[in-house]
Order: sequence, then C-alpha cells, then structure tokens
Amino acid sequence: MAKDYSTLRLLREGLRGHTGWQPAWRDAEPKGDYDALVIGGGGHGLATAYYLAKNHGLKRIALVEKGWLGGGNTGRNTTAIRSNYFYPESVALYDFALKLYEGLSRDLNYNIMFSQRGLAVVAHSEAEMEMAARIVNAMQINGTDAELLSREQVLEKAPLLNQSDRARYPIYGGIWQGRAGTARHDAVAWGYARGASTLGVDIIQNCEVTGFLVEQGRCVGVETSRGTIRAGVTGMAVAGHSGVLAGLAGFRLPIRSFALQAMVSEPVKPCLDTVLLYMGTGTYLSQSDKGELVIGGGLDRVLSYGQRGNPPLQEQVISGMLEMFPSFGQLKLLRQWAGIVDVVPDSSPIIGPSPLPGLFINGGWGTGGFKAIPAGGWLLAHLMATGEHHEISRPFDLSRFTTGRLIDEAAGSAIAH
Amino acid sequence: MTAASQSKQHTTSTDALTFTFDGRALVGRHGDTVASALLANGVFTIGRSFKYHRPRGFWSAGAEEPNGLFDIRHQGRHHPNARGTLVPLEAGMEVRSVNTSPSAAQDRLSLLDRLGRFLPAGFYYKTFLWPDWHLYEPRIRAMAGLGRLDPAFEPPGNSPQRSLHCDLLIIGAGPAGLAAAHAAATAGRRVLLVELQRQAGGSLLHRPARIEGLDGTDWVAATLNKLSDQGGELLTSTTAYGIYDHNLVCLWEQRQGRPDRLWRVRPREIVLATGASERPLVFENNDRPGILSADAGLHYLRRHGVRLGERVVIATNNDSVWPVATGLRDAGARVTIADSRAQASLPAPEGVELLTSAPVTSVQGRKRAEAVIVKGRSLAADLVLVSGGFTPNVHLYCQARGRLHYDEERLAFRPGQAVPGLQVVGAANGTFLLADALKEGHRSAGSKEDVPRAEAALEQFSIEAAWPDTKLAGRQWIDFQNDVTLKDVALAAQENFRSVEHLKRYTTLGMATDQGKTSNMNGLAAMAAVTGRTIPEVGTTTFRPPYVPVPFTVIAGRRRGELFSPVRRLVLENAHRQAGAAFREYGSWLRPAFYGVGTPEEAIHREARQARQSVGLFDGSPLGKIEVMGPQAAALLDFNSYNRLSTLKPGRIRYGFMLTESGVVYDDGVVLRVSEDHFIVSCSSGHVPGVVMRLEEWRQDRFDPSQVVVHNSTAQWSTLTATGPQARSLVAALDLGVDLGDDALPHMAFAQGRFRQWPVRVARVSFTGDRSYELSLPAAGALTLWQRMLVEGQKREATLLGSEALMILRAEKGYIVAGKDTDGYTMPMDLGLSGPREKRQDEYVGKRALFTPEATKPNRPALVGLEVEGSEPLPTGAHAIERSGTGQRSLGFVTSSYWSPMLGRPIALALVEAGRARLQQEIEIYHLGQQRRARVVAPCAFDPEGARLNA
Amino acid sequence: MQRFPCPFCGLRDETEFHYGGEAGNDRPEPAAEVSDQGWAEYLHIETNPKGRSREIWVHMTCGEFFLLERDTVTHEVFASESLRRAAP
Repeated sequence: MAKDYSTLRLLREGLRGHTGWQPAWRDAEPKGDYDALVIGGGGHGLATAYYLAKNHGLKRIALVEKGWLGGGNTGRNTTAIRSNYFYPESVALYDFALKLYEGLSRDLNYNIMFSQRGLAVVAHSEAEMEMAARIVNAMQINGTDAELLSREQVLEKAPLLNQSDRARYPIYGGIWQGRAGTARHDAVAWGYARGASTLGVDIIQNCEVTGFLVEQGRCVGVETSRGTIRAGVTGMAVAGHSGVLAGLAGFRLPIRSFALQAMVSEPVKPCLDTVLLYMGTGTYLSQSDKGELVIGGGLDRVLSYGQRGNPPLQEQVISGMLEMFPSFGQLKLLRQWAGIVDVVPDSSPIIGPSPLPGLFINGGWGTGGFKAIPAGGWLLAHLMATGEHHEISRPFDLSRFTTGRLIDEAAGSAIAH
Repeated sequence: MTAASQSKQHTTSTDALTFTFDGRALVGRHGDTVASALLANGVFTIGRSFKYHRPRGFWSAGAEEPNGLFDIRHQGRHHPNARGTLVPLEAGMEVRSVNTSPSAAQDRLSLLDRLGRFLPAGFYYKTFLWPDWHLYEPRIRAMAGLGRLDPAFEPPGNSPQRSLHCDLLIIGAGPAGLAAAHAAATAGRRVLLVELQRQAGGSLLHRPARIEGLDGTDWVAATLNKLSDQGGELLTSTTAYGIYDHNLVCLWEQRQGRPDRLWRVRPREIVLATGASERPLVFENNDRPGILSADAGLHYLRRHGVRLGERVVIATNNDSVWPVATGLRDAGARVTIADSRAQASLPAPEGVELLTSAPVTSVQGRKRAEAVIVKGRSLAADLVLVSGGFTPNVHLYCQARGRLHYDEERLAFRPGQAVPGLQVVGAANGTFLLADALKEGHRSAGSKEDVPRAEAALEQFSIEAAWPDTKLAGRQWIDFQNDVTLKDVALAAQENFRSVEHLKRYTTLGMATDQGKTSNMNGLAAMAAVTGRTIPEVGTTTFRPPYVPVPFTVIAGRRRGELFSPVRRLVLENAHRQAGAAFREYGSWLRPAFYGVGTPEEAIHREARQARQSVGLFDGSPLGKIEVMGPQAAALLDFNSYNRLSTLKPGRIRYGFMLTESGVVYDDGVVLRVSEDHFIVSCSSGHVPGVVMRLEEWRQDRFDPSQVVVHNSTAQWSTLTATGPQARSLVAALDLGVDLGDDALPHMAFAQGRFRQWPVRVARVSFTGDRSYELSLPAAGALTLWQRMLVEGQKREATLLGSEALMILRAEKGYIVAGKDTDGYTMPMDLGLSGPREKRQDEYVGKRALFTPEATKPNRPALVGLEVEGSEPLPTGAHAIERSGTGQRSLGFVTSSYWSPMLGRPIALALVEAGRARLQQEIEIYHLGQQRRARVVAPCAFDPEGARLNA
Repeated sequence: MQRFPCPFCGLRDETEFHYGGEAGNDRPEPAAEVSDQGWAEYLHIETNPKGRSREIWVHMTCGEFFLLERDTVTHEVFASESLRRAAP
C-alpha cells in the first residue's frame, strides 16, 4: 500500500506547489457483484474493509456509505481512547483496540495524532475510592495498565481542578490509565479509507441501502439508491442506525437510539493535559491540540434520531465542568452537536452473526464506539472472512441476551461506559 | 493621527476612556466598542492569524468578526477571546492581542508565514509520523490556541436565568425587525424584540434613509417608543444563539456591570430579522490589515465618527457600496470604486472614481494596506473596503429545521420552505433593499395597515458573481481566522475531500470562532469552481448552535455547588452538629458518619463497641416509608417482591428482596403489614424514588388503580433507632404506651404507640444483630423524641451511632447493603435466598430471569465472609484471584471490609465465584500488585446463633 | 427542551418525564411457559422506530403512566393518551 506520506515528501511537494498528492481514497462506481460488502463508511466500516483486504486477502470488497465518509459518530465524538473496563471480556476488546491504535499511524501511514496523555476518573468519597480500587485491581488482573491515584496525584495531573474544601465534589483520588488518550477522529476515518482504497476496496459514498437481497433465507447483497449490489458476505457497521437497517433486514435488535451531545469551547493555550472524568458530575473533557476544550456527558433523556443538542443536558454538562474547573467559566461555548448512538441494555457492543444468515453486525457501541474502531473493524472482518467468531468477539454475540450472560460494565463498576 | 481621522463623538474630550492595548496606553470615547476605539487610534494590526501568524486587522463591525479577538482584563475579571467588535469599551480595560508574542505589532512567530508553502491544509496528517506524534505534540499544542486562560480567576456562579412566554419574538432590530415590532405592537401583541448590538436600528444607524417622512434614526426612536408604549420589550446587547426543540429560543443578554443573563423564550411565533453578513472578495493578500467590509467602513464612520482612510478603494461586485462611497467622499476621503462587473448598474457618484471590469487582484502592504492592483495597475490606497455580496444570517432558521435554497440572482442561500411558527424577513431572507425589508417585516406581524413608506440611498440591488478564481496567482484567503487559502480548498479537492463536510474538516474552513460566517460561502463557491459543480450541488455544512460563542457561566447559571446537585438533609441535622457529628454524603443524603473527638477511626470503633455493650442511638430517617393501601395492596406487593407478603400477618414484619425483571437484586428491606389492606415498604434510602416508581408502574399496568394506592411518606416521617442490650430499657423509659414484652412485641413485629401528641410506630427490626427498636414518628416530633432519647441514653452509657459504625455492626452480622455487597448481576440465590425461586408458583417481577442458562450455572458468585491473618483488614475493592499457568483471573471482589472492635480482628464480605463451594478454603487476594491469603467463611462473623436479638 | 402533554397535567418540560418503553410490549406469562428467547424479546428487543413512535412515558411529578405518540426524528408530538381503564 501507499507509504508516501513523510516529512521529506511534504517538503518536496511544498517546493512544487503540492501538485503531486493523490486522492486520499478513490471514489468508486458500484459494480454488480463483490465477495464482501461493508455497509457504513464510518470508522468501524472503513476499518472492516481495510482488514478484510489486509488480514484476509480478499480482493473484491465494496463499502457503501449513505452520506460522506466519517459523517456519523466517527466525526461527532469526543475522541477519547481508553480501555479502563472492569470485565475481562471488555478489557480484551478495548485493549486490543488500544494496542492497534498505538501502531495505527504507522500502519496506515497517516498521522491520526494518537495522543496518549492519560485519562483520570476522579472519585469524590471513600466509597467511590473503594469502587475505584475495585476497578483498578480488575484492570491490572485483566492485563491492562491502571493506577489508583491519590488526591495529590490527581491534582498533579490537572492542577486547575477545583481544590476547594467546600467543593460539591471533593477530590479523593481516582483511576488512572496512562495509555489512554485522544486521537484526531476524522483522521481515523480518512486513514482507514486511504488504506482500504490502496488495497483495492471500492469506496462508494452517497449510496444508501434501501433493502436486503435475500435468497433461500440468506443475505446475498443489498438494494441501494445506486442500484443492486450482490455480495458473498455482508457486514453492517452503522451504529446509531443499527435498528433501522435491522428493520430493512427483517429483524429487531436490543437497541435504543439516543442523541449523545458533545461541545467545544473557543480555543485557548494549553490548560488541560489529560482526559478527565468526574464520577460525580458525569462530565468529561480534554483539550484538543487546537486548544478547544472538548466536552461530553451523558445521553439525552428522550430517545431520538435527531442529530441535535438539547439545552437540559447541555446545561448539566457545562455546570458539571464548572464544578470541576471553576476557572473555565472564563471560556465560551463555541459549538455543540449530537450524534445518534445505539444503546444496548448492557451497554456492550454487539458483534456477530445477525438473525439473517450471511449478514454480520458490528453495532451497539453506545457512547464509546470511537475508541474501539480498530478492534471493531478487525473482528467484523474476521467474522465476515471466516464465518466464525474471533475469540475476542465471541462474548459479544447477540445470543447473550437469550442466555442472560450480559457484559454490563455498570453492573460491575458502577460507572456507566 | 495618521490615517484614521476623528469626527463627531471623537472630537469631544469630556467622555474620554483610557485603556491599554498590548501594554500601550490609548484613549477612546464613551460609546466606542474596543474595535472602534482601536481604529480611532490608528491601530490596524490587532492580532496574528492562527497558523501563519500573519498580521490581521478588523474585517467587520459585528458578530461575524473573524480577526478581532482579544484577551481583555477589566475590574478583576478576565475575558479570553473577546470579540472586539461587540465589546463596549470601558475605562481601564487592558486589551491584549491573542496568539502574539510579545505584541500584535511585533510577533516572534511571524516567520511561519514564510514557511506557508510547507504547511498546506492537513499537512499534519502526512508528517510527524517518525518516531511518533508524542515528540511533536507539545510544541504544536503550545503554538495552537488563541487567548490565554487566567488560572487564578474563577468567575462567580451568579448568572441569572429567566424564562419567558410571549406572542412574538423578533430577533434583530434592524429595519425589518423594527417594522415587524411596530406592526405587532400596534396590533396589541406581546412582543419581545432582541438586538445583538448595543443599539437598535441596524443599518438605519449608518445607512441614510427616510421612513414615513422621518430621518432613519428618528424613525428607529419613534418605533421603539411605540413598542414600549404598547408594553413590548426590547433587549439590546442580546444574542439569540439557538433555537431548540419545540421552538425554544435561548438568548444571551450582556449587561454592563452586572452578570450576563440567559433567557429561555417560548414564543408563539418567531420573526427572524437577523440581517446578512458582507462577504469578502477573494484576491491575493485579501487578509491584510486595512481591508474591511464596505459596510463596516460606513459603520465606523457614521456610528463612531472614525474615518478609516484617506485614499479609499472600494472593491465590489454589487451596488451596495454606492452609499459607502458617497459617505466617505462626504467625509473627505478620495474614493475609487473598483467594480468587477463589466458595467456598473449605477452611474459613478459625483466626485468618486468608478472603474469597471476592474476586479482587485492583489493588495500591497504588510501591516496595513498601501496599494491595490487593479487591471495590472497599482492604485495607492490606505483603506480597501470590500463587498463580495451578502450572506443572509440563516443560522437560526436552519437550526429550526429550515431548508435553504440557492438564489442565483442574489447569489445567496435563502430560506426555502416555511417552518411552522417562524418567519424570516429582511436581509436574512435575502431582501436587501430597505423598502422591501420594511414591507416583509411589517407583513410578518400580520398587519393589515399600510406599509411604512421609505426612501433609501440605495434603491436597487444587483450583483454579479465574482467567486474565487483558482487561476489567480498568490495566496488568497478564504477563512481568515483559521488561515485557509484558496489553494487549500483546491488541495482538498485534489485529494478527494470534495464533500462540503470533508472540505470543512480537512482544511478547518469555517471551524474557527466565527464559525465561518464570512468564509463558508466563498469556501464552497471555491470548491464548486474547482470541482466543476454548482454551488447548490456542493451545499452548505450544518448550522450548529450557538450563533456566537456564549459564556459557559451564562449557560450554567446558578447551577453551581449544592444547586448543581442538592444534598438531602436530615430534620435533625442541627442536633447532630451540636453533638459533634462529622457529616458525609450517603446516596445524596448528608448524614452523620461519626460523632465526637479523636481520629475518625477511633470514633467509629468506639461507637461500634459501645453500641454492642450498652445502646446505640441512630438517626435512620432517610429509610424508605412507602405506604401501599387498598384491597389489592397485598397482590401488588406479592408481584413486586421476591418474597410473598400476602401471607404476612398484620403487626408483623418481613425481610426480603425486590428484583428487576432481569432477576437482579434491586433492593432489600422490610415490609410491615399494618392491616389487611395497608402495608409499609421500608426500602433502603437511596432506592426510595425508584421503588415508588416501580410500584406505580405495576399498579397502573397490572392492577386496578382504584383498588390500590402507593404513597411515599418517607420525608414526613422520621425514624430513630435504639440498638443494643440496653435498647429495651431505654425505649421503655420513653413511655410510648407499647407493651415491650417479647411475647407482645417479638423480633419482626411492630406496635403503634404514642409520644406526646405524635403517633409512634415501634418496630423490632435489627440491622445490627442486637435487640433494636425503630421508632418512626411524624418529622415534627423527631427533635423532641431524639432529645428525650439522649437524656435516657445518658443514664445508660449510650453512644450516638454514625453511619460508619453501623456499617461495621451490620457487616459483623453478614447483613448486606444493596448496591455495595451486591452488583448488577447479583441474584437472590447468590445471597443464599433460594426459597421463593424454588417454591413460588405465582408471578413476580424478575421470576423468569431466574431460570435462564446464566442464572442456573453452577459457579455463580456467592456472598461469603473472608478471614485473614493479622490485624490489617483487607482493602475493599481487592479481588480474589485464581492463577492458571502464566495467567490470572478474578474470582470476585471484597465488597465490605472493616476492623471489628468486638471480635478484635478484621472482617470482610466478598462476592466470590462458586463461593459457597469454597467455604473453609484459602484463596488469594490481590490489591494493587500485593497478594494476601484469606479463608472463605460464612458471611456472619458475630453471634451466628442470633442470641443477641433477644438479649 | 421538548415539551410533552401529560394527559392529566398538560404541557410540561421533558425533564419531568421518564421513558417507560415501547407501547404494546406485553409481559409474557406464566414464567414456566416462556422460553429464554421469549423472555429476551420482552426484556430487550426493540422496534426503535425512526419516525413515528408509540411509547409509554410516566410523568414523574404526578406519577401517571400514559401513551405518547411522537416523531423520533423531528420531535413533533402528535398525541398523548391516558392508560386508565374503567374500574371493573
């Protein structure tokens, strides 16, 4: 694949007016028939296409996207990457993603700006510190990095935190994962698109799936706004709209759709060097390389497919931030938006065969799909290419809702993920 | 004064305001904005651009300003990234340019501009790969960002917020908005008119006009009088920044000398008269200081008396600059209009030079325009005014789900289909001529009266496209603040970032603090030109709130500290404080954790020991007291609970669980049966709202709501507990009129008594394992009874019992706290309560879930006790682990762990996989890299026979 | 801030309401005759419509559950209806 991005090349192109740069990906016209078809041009879909080609050597792969690449939650999230989970199944999944992220800029020859600045979850009482210890121990036992921070250590990481004795949420300490961080979200989509395109994947934008082709009870392709596309195997990675596609395919999922808001401040010079979450307020934030504070919180209370922010939660999140960082009250809200997320009863993803044979699902990521993109793509590609679960994805099969074997992080750690 | 000359207000010195800019002392005038004051002082280079550190000056006089951002310190407050065009000047302001070092005039990083060719759009995606991003990121971060945060300044949380309902909300008090306000007020409707500038009037304040025979500014004053006479309200310095669901409009009102205010307005109807923003023309060095919007040139001249230049070239593609030219001419400037059109539609004004087919192709001068290149010829100019047409401010319309359509004639995206409850009028609707705007505004209010008659200096508006031309040489700016040039747009297209959203994200066009108000149209027109598409084919990006950046403090309002998340307080809080209680928060309740002197540990252990030796007094008031009454009460509770309750006899109490439909233990607690049709559910304090809600849900879904009611009386009743060997004697001394004999009142029974005028429920339930009496009475009587209990307690060496000591006592007995000793998977069998699951034939919440494969697997976790060697308790949160080969896995975790003062050794509870099968086995305990061993034992460590319940 | 019409109290802010689930999700009984699959359907499976939706909500301040018809994309509210049955 193309490895032509480098400082030297940038200098050389600078001298000749940047006329030599090729399209980051090739826009393809749909052909009638493919070995594998991926629905959804977000991070998970693009990564799936990339790994289908790279890991499994498939040649005839198409990816269809109803709008523009990375236009869903990949381009709307708060860019945090972490694997600070409680259950071994979750750690295996998210730490796999984190490890892939650690090598992704070089693998894709595309700087996704993965900044491992660490993430602190701050606890506000002795009871929460006990919970923090429970989680840190679980993370260490399950093989990922975690530390239990004291109050002093938290304040060292984020000196502008509210240190007052009378703070509504006093700082007792927290959970630290040093390998966690942020990345440039769009770059993840574009990097995978470029990688996939270089390996021959047909990337088809503005192509909406309107139905599934089913022959003898098996999915053999899709109807789209740009014609029929047949495929040996089909995978969908359309989180936020999984339920809609499932409806087209004739089944229902354990998923509710909610708007998840995010917002940024005006850019200022560096004032926060880590990713930070308060157990008490539920607000989390980091500062982008551009200087904007990137702020998020919980879900809106009303189920929705409307990609727009709503004042009640916005006020909650912002007030929460000011509890954490009173000096940030000097700053202004620059932009707010929302993405639609799949919310699953146990808040863990769904990866596996769908009720329609020949169609595989990657979805249900809730509020945290971005951090799992490399793993989600890798695992869906594995399923599509082999028909079998990878051992990491097996626990996330749809069958868990029937057996009762849920993977509910909130159940074990009392922290909603 | 070199170029800017002062007239009108600036000639009087009585209202002088001194301020500093980058440390330099300057003088402005009352009525100035920071922008007008700087310009009046001849300061044109006011900052540096984000990426290349190019010198920049003001472009506009309004909210769309891309360059004029400052860090402003004033009266102990600090405002980073304040928009100078909208900030009223105040005496003593310290104004600093952003992104400059040391000053806007002399910036150390200005050499970055020379490296521009190596830093095109998205360059960072292609480099910094070796060795990795972490090496470069800190330096990049330090260079990015605009203003600086003052870490020492913490704004107070005192921004008020108001809600308002009105008939008509008019946003924008320019001519169209005023016409609407006039008509609506006349019709007697309740009107709120908002204007983001300090003064209502809009273009009438600087563009000459006569309306209804009055001078424009006089008509503004007359209209405002009319509005106020009819009870309408005007808010100036107020920005409508967002329209949200069901047409909720949020306003940010800036108030001098008082905290800003947020308004949430629910209007019956909305009129958007938000005007339009003038677009730059795209030519080489079009970003230099001294190049401003033509309308802004007139604005500063007429509203602030600042003539920005002597030798003025006005670059245009439309008619709107004619009044600008005559205005500057009248102020004594030499004016040339350089019109890109082959033929201007209006004749040259007298004394103004008009060039046609004369697009400006470049500007010379670095920190201030010196000359323009027109038709290959250099024309001296110290001021370049530009009009590339107008972009309607349609943000709010789009937020309200409006769809735009592209108007080829006016070269603008205008509102398309109507949005219910919302009208767009005037320039915001692409209606740029005064008379038409007045008519639209007037009609929008539904007025049948005559439209105001108007004469304006500009009686026609025609425009011809002069979109970015990629064939033109040099660096041409599209987005000033984010330093996006035409070449960047072309590069984005070349690399296939052709979708307008990709263009925005790849080049950062429109993502600066002005959100592309001046740049988006040129950007997408450039993309259209480069890719051979039409402008509507390229389309616009989404318009997201807020319209302008809004202070976080305004949005947060007074939701700070306890107002962010209130704590619940005990009726007896003051009594506990007098007794030396240390308070902690338990599930939103502020409760005594322990009392008295010494270290917390000493106090807690003293209380725990003494309660077992004599008697402990505990305020258990937050305990749930939910009354369920009616003929179907027993049936409802049977369905709601894991344990049957219909078999409970009146006067008796039963302990049990409530499950979720997933079969997980939701809460534990006791239920009292008062009479055949009356129960009291005493759930744990944190679960009260949830239990009420689930009872309501099943009551309404499954039962006849007229046959059973649920009433939460938790807050109306206090519960005071005496526990320990002396508890009975103490309660007897209270003289409650209840037979306390064990036959009359055995464990798990209750009786009704009386304390003075209050009824008291005396319940024998125990959370300590010792004989205990819970006394529940109306909260009004709580203090009197508590004081009486203290008096009787003193005679018996009683101790006050805080929550922490109580936690030890209950853990000694192996009693659980739901949510602490259970997790989101714990089923009743895991806690040793399998009876109902095996025996109950009828339906109850969660029943089916107790029989799934997961629920019936043999190695389910169980609640167990743990014993350790030595005196150091296990840390709560430590895990039990199992090793296999190189790996290890968690078997569960310690949920509660304490030093037991009575037993003189540590005790612990844990949820452990297949825990009951491991009884008496040793397991390994892991905590933060340290290992210990522990023996699995039964949860109850103290008085396993339960003898003390009746001792 | 959306506003929902409680059939008992009238138009109120969304923050006073709590979602109760999709309308028509009947509890399968008796437990002994319900398959694992059937129970999972009742507990977890959703139609999750994009567009018009019939939902059960509770107005927390008055405690009444009711039926709400609304659009999940535009947030338009069509109607709300009491679930009260006449006493037998």
